[in-house]
Amino acid sequence: MQGELRCTINGVVHAIDSFSSEPLLFFLRDKIGLRSTRYGCGQGTCGSCTVIIDGEAKMSCETITKDVSGKTIETAEVFENDCEHPLVKSFIEFQAGQCGYCLPGILMASKSLLDKKQNLSRLEIAEALDANLCRCGAHSRILDAIEKAYQISNEKGT
Amino acid sequence: MKNQVPKPLLDYPKLGDWLKVTPEKKLVFFSGRVELGQGNVTALLMMISDELGIEPEKISLQTARTDMTPNEGFTAGSMSIVHGGQSLRSAVATLRQQILSISASRLGVDALELDLSNGQIIQKGSFCFYIDEVLDQIDLSSEIPSGAKIKEPSQRWVQFREIDRVDLLEKMTGAPFVHDMIEEGMLFGAPVHPANMYSKLLTLDVIALSKRPGVIKVVQDGSFVGVLATSQRFALEAAEWAREKSEWKEIDGKIENPISHLMAQSHDFEIVSETGDVNKNSGEWCELTVSRPYIFHGSIGPAAAVAKWENEKLTVWTHSQGVFQLRDALAGVFETAEDNITVIHKAGSGCYGHNGADDAALDAAILASEVEGIPVKVVWSRYDEFHAAPMGAAMSTKSRAHLDQDGYITAFDVEVTSVPHSSRPGTGGTPNLRSAVLIKNSKLPAKSPDVPAVRGGGAERNAVPSYNFGPVRVKKRLVHDLPFRASALRSLGAYNNVIVNEGLIDEIAHRNGEDPLAFRIKHCVDDRSKELLLRLDSETKKYKENLKESQGWGVGYARYKGVSGLCAVFVNVTVDEGVVVDNVVSVSDVGEAISPDGVKNQIEGGIVQSISWTLKEAVKTDGVSTTVDSWFDYPIIKFSEIPSLNTILIERPFEKPLGAAEISQGPAGAAVANAVRHALGVRITELPITREAIITSLLSNEI
Ligand code: FES
Ligand code: FES
Repeated sequence: MQGELRCTINGVVHAIDSFSSEPLLFFLRDKIGLRSTRYGCGQGTCGSCTVIIDGEAKMSCETITKDVSGKTIETAEVFENDCEHPLVKSFIEFQAGQCGYCLPGILMASKSLLDKKQNLSRLEIAEALDANLCRCGAHSRILDAIEKAYQISNEKGT
Repeated sequence: MKNQVPKPLLDYPKLGDWLKVTPEKKLVFFSGRVELGQGNVTALLMMISDELGIEPEKISLQTARTDMTPNEGFTAGSMSIVHGGQSLRSAVATLRQQILSISASRLGVDALELDLSNGQIIQKGSFCFYIDEVLDQIDLSSEIPSGAKIKEPSQRWVQFREIDRVDLLEKMTGAPFVHDMIEEGMLFGAPVHPANMYSKLLTLDVIALSKRPGVIKVVQDGSFVGVLATSQRFALEAAEWAREKSEWKEIDGKIENPISHLMAQSHDFEIVSETGDVNKNSGEWCELTVSRPYIFHGSIGPAAAVAKWENEKLTVWTHSQGVFQLRDALAGVFETAEDNITVIHKAGSGCYGHNGADDAALDAAILASEVEGIPVKVVWSRYDEFHAAPMGAAMSTKSRAHLDQDGYITAFDVEVTSVPHSSRPGTGGTPNLRSAVLIKNSKLPAKSPDVPAVRGGGAERNAVPSYNFGPVRVKKRLVHDLPFRASALRSLGAYNNVIVNEGLIDEIAHRNGEDPLAFRIKHCVDDRSKELLLRLDSETKKYKENLKESQGWGVGYARYKGVSGLCAVFVNVTVDEGVVVDNVVSVSDVGEAISPDGVKNQIEGGIVQSISWTLKEAVKTDGVSTTVDSWFDYPIIKFSEIPSLNTILIERPFEKPLGAAEISQGPAGAAVANAVRHALGVRITELPITREAIITSLLSNEI
């Protein structure tokens, strides 16, 4: 059976151990070595493990690995080779973060919003991020950065 | 500027204590400070670059590790730049002088003719050579003179004024945390933390535990239980299983309501400061009491550490605030020489004080001691984080102000009743590590003496109001018998003390029919604080107008520890279902700001965190332990609740740096409490100001 299930992570196809009930979070961190996806609570309450699955922001600690078979996953490592991405650029521009522990999850949540090209107000963006906690209080800059990224991609996109 | 010798320089007087030159001719500087998420590393690199005249990307900074860097104590109390940075500046100034004089003799010119910028030796505007060429001649054994001539403020910050955080990109997209360390053959450990650190293990089916998926070994030492497993997931799952299946003898002496317990104390207060006779004049007194419950650090990433034992030597990677103190505490637990232990700092999730980092380091070290030569990583579960980590201390403060006939405040008397605000490793000569109490060879923590006044005090921090109020007396009463673990959390007692004092000032201004800001300005101690408050006044006029009935505004001001950064905060609130903070304007003065944007980032973070504490946060307990299992039980501020922030910094490049990270906690909390009072007409005196607290208070005021 092994090797039959597959998923695509950041553009690369990976086999999934089909017997595993392992949360996707640990599969990504420990088996694939993509450790920007972070353990914060393992209870679906902090958002630091957020990844994008088929375009939707999902908490990877609440997702069973075998359920992502056939799906496309993105983690914050997608930005490693894409420093020009509007989100990365504007997070740096606004110095949006302090300890940074929450940031990959927040970047993924905001990338899924951005990719959908909806026109969201600041409050709507904020509400969409309510599942992502930040204890350092960097929220305001993070919202500034996401708004700016929206602006850049709207200018580019249409 | 007076050139005082910072303490780290007295302890580490040699150039080689602060820097080295690599074989590739790169300069590596050593700091005993650590990055806690506040941008310390970037700020220190900026100071070095500016002092030496070299691009920050050409140099590197090694932060605290016991085998390499100076011991600068804990990275805490907003002192990194004040002390650590100033020491580095002196070292770098000495290095610069040496480079210039070596270069001068090489060129056969006077050193005064030379300049150093962008890592180049410049003579009368033209490039001579890169400093790399002379770095091998630096005498690292030379002493840093006590009067090392650092640059004059007017020569500073010509370049490198705003650089981006050097660590931000990696933290956004990579894996730089101690949680992310991975090594060949690594095992994953998890402690089984009981409800209370004084609980005693009664029964545990060790055999069944050792058969749980992925478990390699169960480690039991007295009441300490931990597992070693093949992955973090298996370690966490096994520990959770063990916690649920084991039985423990709970401690005696439940304390159901920590605040009532504090209020019920009657032992004597100790006078911690007194600037005159507060009872000199008879007259009217006004008073206010405010309490705050235990609160969590609540870092988004839990405590974590990696440890490895090899040939009786221990190496620990940790996000502790004090690697040297942790090393000494670990040496105490394992009864070995300090030299046998190396502690290396590695980034952790945001650190706001003494959190579980040190405890997790001991957990990892105990587990690693069972598997010679194998690195063991421990990452606490969220449950551990909410049950085992030290909390911010519960406290209650009563302030009284004496008024003259004109309504001026002419004496001030404060009584602080509190759990001690520090139980850091080494405090009172004991390790103060959680699992050190659980192991067979148990090391109990000494009674905490709280933080001494020379370091700004603990419970009484900022109990002295930052105004000219005539004689001030501060009394403190420490309460030691609560069964919960508390330690330093951002600003210690200052948060509650500033809320009380600023609340009382507001009440008096209100009674006098005066504008609260104008009333404060009347009592300012100096021009510096006056300028700050006047600026706040002028920036916020428009926010005081056209308020609806459910809206209010409030201010809070304090100079942190009486001598550090100044911060004044204004907020607008709407009180409806609960309290919503709509707007925040703050004005701060931290002396010389190394990284102005970094300072603002810290101040904003402090404001947001303080709003969260003030409106939402209280640790629920059952008298023995916390009853918080997840973030659902302990809500903190969310994105949609973030107000608009206008953060103003008054730059004072000619003043010494004062530190920034903790200055806004008290003023922000005070501004919110005062704004709610303004909107509602009643004051909530038991924090947090939740919807329930408001309803209770309104009802009791109707009676
Ligand atoms: S780790 Fe998944 S939500 Fe917290
Ligand atoms: S930046 Fe530290 S938790 Fe968000």
